[in-house]
Amino acid sequence: MGIQEWTWVTVGLTFSAYLYIGYRSRVASTKGFYVAGQGISAIANGAATGADWMSAASFISMAGLISFQGFDGSVYLMGWTGGYVLLALLLAPFLRKFGQYTVPDFVAERYYSQAARVVAAIAAIFVSFTYVAGQMGGVGVAFSRFLGVSFEMGVVIGMVIVAFFASLGGMKGITYTQVAQYCVLIFAYTIPAIAIALALFGNPIPQGAIGEALPILNDLQTDLGLDPYSNPFVNNNMLNVFCITLCLMVGTAGLPHVIVRFYTVKSVSAARWSAFWALLFIGILYTTAPAIAIFAKTEMLQQFVNNGPQGFLELSWVQNWAETGLIDTAAIAALPEASAATVGPFLGAINRDIVVLATPEIAGLSAFIVALVAAGGLAAALSTASGLLLVISSSLAHDIYGKLINPNASDKTRLAVGRGMILFAVVLAGLLGIFPLGFVAEVVAFAFGLAAASFFPVILLGIFWKRANKQGAIAGMSVGLVFTFVMIVLMRTHVVIGAEQPILESFLGIKAQGIGVIGMVLNFALMIGVSLMTAPPPPQVQNLVEQIRYPRMMSEAELAEV
Amino acid sequence: MTRQAYWQRQVKRIAILLTIWFVVAYVMGIFLAPTLNQFSFGGVPFGFWMAQQGSIFVFISLIWIYAYFSDKADKEAGLNETDDNMSSASAAH
Repeated sequence: MGIQEWTWVTVGLTFSAYLYIGYRSRVASTKGFYVAGQGISAIANGAATGADWMSAASFISMAGLISFQGFDGSVYLMGWTGGYVLLALLLAPFLRKFGQYTVPDFVAERYYSQAARVVAAIAAIFVSFTYVAGQMGGVGVAFSRFLGVSFEMGVVIGMVIVAFFASLGGMKGITYTQVAQYCVLIFAYTIPAIAIALALFGNPIPQGAIGEALPILNDLQTDLGLDPYSNPFVNNNMLNVFCITLCLMVGTAGLPHVIVRFYTVKSVSAARWSAFWALLFIGILYTTAPAIAIFAKTEMLQQFVNNGPQGFLELSWVQNWAETGLIDTAAIAALPEASAATVGPFLGAINRDIVVLATPEIAGLSAFIVALVAAGGLAAALSTASGLLLVISSSLAHDIYGKLINPNASDKTRLAVGRGMILFAVVLAGLLGIFPLGFVAEVVAFAFGLAAASFFPVILLGIFWKRANKQGAIAGMSVGLVFTFVMIVLMRTHVVIGAEQPILESFLGIKAQGIGVIGMVLNFALMIGVSLMTAPPPPQVQNLVEQIRYPRMMSEAELAEV
Repeated sequence: MTRQAYWQRQVKRIAILLTIWFVVAYVMGIFLAPTLNQFSFGGVPFGFWMAQQGSIFVFISLIWIYAYFSDKADKEAGLNETDDNMSSASAAH
């Protein structure tokens, strides 16, 4: 069987499993729909968080970005894992103790304000839509190559599947489907890496093979007149590497679809442990990614040097991918030879998004493994998309409809509205996927800036500083969000509206991807300043803050003791 | 132990762990990476290894330490959850 047939087999089998699980875990109450009845074990929630977390960006794009950026690609590796430390230590256990359904719920209750709820709900919708656009684009890339359908058709197929199990099973269906999707994606990611490490270096642990692979790549890059792969600050200066890493970490901790996963576990202790399991499961992929990045870059450069530009174009994997338009064959064909002068244009002609999907082919692995990677990429994109769609739906159906428009609605009506909102969100997300805004990972990276600048400071101060009040939260959240959004648009005008030049190059030397850090600092500063200038929060809110700091339920009398 | 003493210990634990987090990710993985790259760790420049491998192992360990010692502290202070005193949705307010 060829790659095409194997792909139908792996994708068909895994998708049947997801649909079966989604059908089996369908729910009939809003509590089941939004927080899976708060009965998920720490380890299952850890796996589901891992799948929720590892999106098309992590699975499909990340190793490719690292491969082309070398050391500076560390921003993604540290940024998208280090945020879990913030989440586990500063937010997750306390939000679990609070125990409500959504992030805007916490904001509304803690800041005793429906206006704060609206700002938070809008921020959640905004962040999640930015993020989901990237996922749907990823689904389109994976389907168009592996099922031989058009990009648009790939997006539509993905939409139908996500809509089916997300609207049927809500959070419960999504959680158990995500556990299955984690297993698929982690196998699909590590097996090719192990096979390559074994074939090239006789070492079955990809992380260990880096020691043998990296010196070869560094020499190869030096011979071609490039900086060694492991040299820092080649693409970005130290300030930007710092800001982007911090922005991704803080953004991770502030993403509503990640935070809400910790509402689904049984206890505060389980929330802490599930953050541990989540990062362990995520770490397996994230420590493998740099190995894949090194293997892929080494193979590509070697094939280029050994075969020359014309010979490179005749390789079978290159011809397979050329059909998708993700390798600019005309640009490579125009290069006279493989040399220091042509290596730049050569690398520029290869789309970063294909590296992971093409690595098994580049290394000449069997068709079955290539097909497995396709199934894994789809699992990653779909699991993240479903988690995000649930956040969008809950913001609209629970926070806006259920709490503001029709507070007296019955549980049944709320559930129906929740399901309807998922369908609405799916269609919108699909449209965003068909008309993409840029590289998958680039779009996703902006969601982090927005989350870092809006949610993180509000939740953190809400837990650790009793004096934080309504006025401070609204001011901080709005200004942080608007500042970051405006800055990103100004710096990316050439991508967003197709202008020739960005209106603004950078802000204090910080580029678009790291600008969320400034938004976050503004948010903190405003929140603290405005809170101190206005009245402290009422006693029952200060009691709530006291309550969420301790794992077990504290009685009124206990909290009154000084 | 009073609940205030428990909370102070938790805040202190969080502060210590986050200091390690910062040193590993930002000081070793970014600020000092060019310097650390002069040393080799199993064939890999050490700054690069910290940024792309070591830091992630440390992050996982930090959460483990936090979860493990917080469980212990909860029990010592009599603040741990049992089947009887578990908080359910909306119970906290």
